[in-house]
Amino acid sequence: MTQASPQRAPALSVTGLDVVIDGDGGSFPVVRDMAFAVARGETLAIVGESGCGKSMTALSLLRLQPPAARIVRGAIAVEGADVLALPRPALEDIRGERIGMIFQEPLTALNPVMTVGDQIVEVLQRHLSLGGAAAQARAVELLSLVRMPDPAAKARLYPHQMSGGMRQRAMIAIALACDPAVLVADEPTTALDVTIQAQILGLIRDLQRRLGTALVLITHDLGVVAEMADTVIVMYAGRRVEVAPVMALFDEPLHPYTRALMKAAPSLEAGAAKAALTEIGGTVPPLWDLPRGCAFSNRCSLATERCRREEPPLEAKRAGHLAACWEVADG
Amino acid sequence: MLTYTIRRLALFVPMAAGMVIVTFGLLLLVPGDPAAVLLGQEASAADIARLRASLGLDDPWYVRLGGYFAALLQGDMGRSIFQNQTVASIIGERLGATVELALAALVVAIVIGFVLGVAAAMFRGSWIDTASMLLAQFGVSMPVYWLGILLMLAFAVKLGWLPSIGRGEPLVTALGMALTGNPAPLFKSLSHLVLPALALGVNSAAIISRLVRTAMIDVLGEDFVRTAYAKGLRRPRVIVRHALRNALLPVVSVIGLRFGALLGGAVLTESIFGWPGLGQLTIAAIGQRDLPLIQGIVLTYAMMFALVNLLVDLSYALIDPRVRLG
Repeated sequence: MTQASPQRAPALSVTGLDVVIDGDGGSFPVVRDMAFAVARGETLAIVGESGCGKSMTALSLLRLQPPAARIVRGAIAVEGADVLALPRPALEDIRGERIGMIFQEPLTALNPVMTVGDQIVEVLQRHLSLGGAAAQARAVELLSLVRMPDPAAKARLYPHQMSGGMRQRAMIAIALACDPAVLVADEPTTALDVTIQAQILGLIRDLQRRLGTALVLITHDLGVVAEMADTVIVMYAGRRVEVAPVMALFDEPLHPYTRALMKAAPSLEAGAAKAALTEIGGTVPPLWDLPRGCAFSNRCSLATERCRREEPPLEAKRAGHLAACWEVADG
Repeated sequence: MLTYTIRRLALFVPMAAGMVIVTFGLLLLVPGDPAAVLLGQEASAADIARLRASLGLDDPWYVRLGGYFAALLQGDMGRSIFQNQTVASIIGERLGATVELALAALVVAIVIGFVLGVAAAMFRGSWIDTASMLLAQFGVSMPVYWLGILLMLAFAVKLGWLPSIGRGEPLVTALGMALTGNPAPLFKSLSHLVLPALALGVNSAAIISRLVRTAMIDVLGEDFVRTAYAKGLRRPRVIVRHALRNALLPVVSVIGLRFGALLGGAVLTESIFGWPGLGQLTIAAIGQRDLPLIQGIVLTYAMMFALVNLLVDLSYALIDPRVRLG
C-alpha cells in the first residue's frame, strides 16, 4: 500500500488487524481489517473523526490498548518481530526502544511527580546500558535535540512548571531517546495552541528526516496530513475507506467520506477562502450499532440500495489508490 | 520547600493555643467538684470551700486559663491530685510506651494496607482482589478489644508463642543494647509488641487497604502510566515508581488521621495487654476525677495528633512537587 521500495523491509507492518471492545452486551469491533506498512523515513497518516478507531490502532501497535479492548486477529511486525506473539518481557524490550510513542495530551502523559529529566533518563537506562551521569548528559542532549531552550535547566523541572509546547517537546525527547525505528504520534498537536502546533509538527518532521524514523501520524486534521504525510489512510467506523499517496488523495479524493471531510476543512489558499464550509450531515454511527452494508451509507448522499445491503470491499480504483465504495468507478 | 515548611510551622502555634483552650474549657464543663472528690463524702462544706480556694478553683475562668498557659510554657502541667507527682512526670513515664505502641500499629497498618491495596488494584476483579477486600471488610468490622482477646487466646494462651501481657525494655533502649552485642532484650521487646500492635493496627490496615486500592485503580488508568509502559518499563517499576508514588498523595493525609484513631484504640489495647502506657493512665485518671492529670493527658494526645499531621503535611510536600513549588 505504501510506496516502500521493495528492497527496503518495512519498519512496521500491520495486516488484517481486528480489535474489539468487550462490553456488557457482547463485544463489538472498533478496528476492522487494518493493514499498512511504513518504511524508515516514510510518514503514514491515519485520519478520521474521533471514535473512528485511529487511536485504538495506534495503541494496539504496542499492545497498549485499554483493558476492555482485545486484539482478536491480525499481525503486527516491528522490524520483522511479531508483536502479537512476543512474550511480555520481549514486548517490553521493543516498547520505547524500537517504537517510540507521543500522546495527545502532554500534561497527563507525563508523570507529575518526576522531573522531565528523570523521565528521559529512565527510558535511556531501561534500554541502553548507560551509567547515571552518562544518561543525565544524554537526556540534556535529547532536550536540546528537540530544541528545548536552556535544556540543562529544563531537565530539572517538573511537567507542571512547563508550557504545553515544552511538555510535548519533552515527550518527543522520551519517544526518540533510544533512536527507534518507528515513531507513533497520536494527535501530537491537538492539545496545543495553534502557534505551537506548527512548531511541534515542524520539529517532528525535521527529526524524522534526520534520524530516518518511520512515522505513523494519527490526526483528524487534513491540513496536518497535507503537510506531513507520504501515504494516507482515511478511517471511518473502524475501517479503512480510502488509502492513497498524499498527492493522489488531495488531487482526487475518491470516497464520499473523504470528499466530505475535505469540504468540511477550511483552506487558507487564495480563492478557496470564499468557498463555504460544509458539515457532514449526521454523526458517526455507534460502533455497537453499525448500519448494514457500508457504515457511511446513512450519511452518504450517493448511497443506493446496494450500499445499505452489502459492505463494499477496499479495492484499487486507480493505480495505488484504494477506496471502499460501490459508487466509485474504476478508472 | 523552606517557605512551605515555615508557613506550616507557623500555623502550628495558634493551633496549639486553640487546643489548650479547648482542653481547658472541656474540663470547666465536666460535672463534679474536684475538691469534693478529693476530700471524700464526709467532708464538710466549709472544708470543701477552703480547699477550693487553696486550689484556685474559685478564681474566674480567665485567671485560671492565664495561669494554666503561663505554667504550660514552663513545661508545668500542674500536680496530680491523687499521686504525689507532677502531671508532666507521670505522663513522661508513660508517653514512650504509648508512642511505641501507636507507631508499631501504624507500621502494621501501612505495611498490610499497602500490600493488600496494591495487590487488589493490580489484579482487580480477580480472586486476589476479592480475597483482599474480604480481609479488609473483616478488619474494619473487628473491634480492637475483640480482636485483641482473640489474638491473645490464640498466640499467647493456646500456642504459647508470644507473651500475653506486659512490655519489655523500651524498643529504643533494646535496639541500643542489640547494637552493642546483646540482642536478647530486643527479641523480648518485639515479642511483647507484636500482638498489641497487630490488634491495634488491623483496623487501620483495612481502611488504608481500601483507600490504596481505589487510589491505585485511579492512577493505573492515568495517561502517564500508559506512557511508562510505552517506554518499555517493567511492571514492578511502573507500579512502584509511577503509580504508587502518585497514589500516595490521597492516602498519606488519611494515614495522619488514622493516627488519631490509633491513639484512641491504644486506650483499649493497653488495658487488654497490660501495656503500661497513657491509655491505662487515662482510664485511671478519669475514674479518680484527677482533673489536672486528665487535662494533661488530653492535651498530650492532642499535641501528638497535631504533630503527626504536621509531619504528614510536610511529607505531602516531599511527595508532590506541585505542593512544594506551587
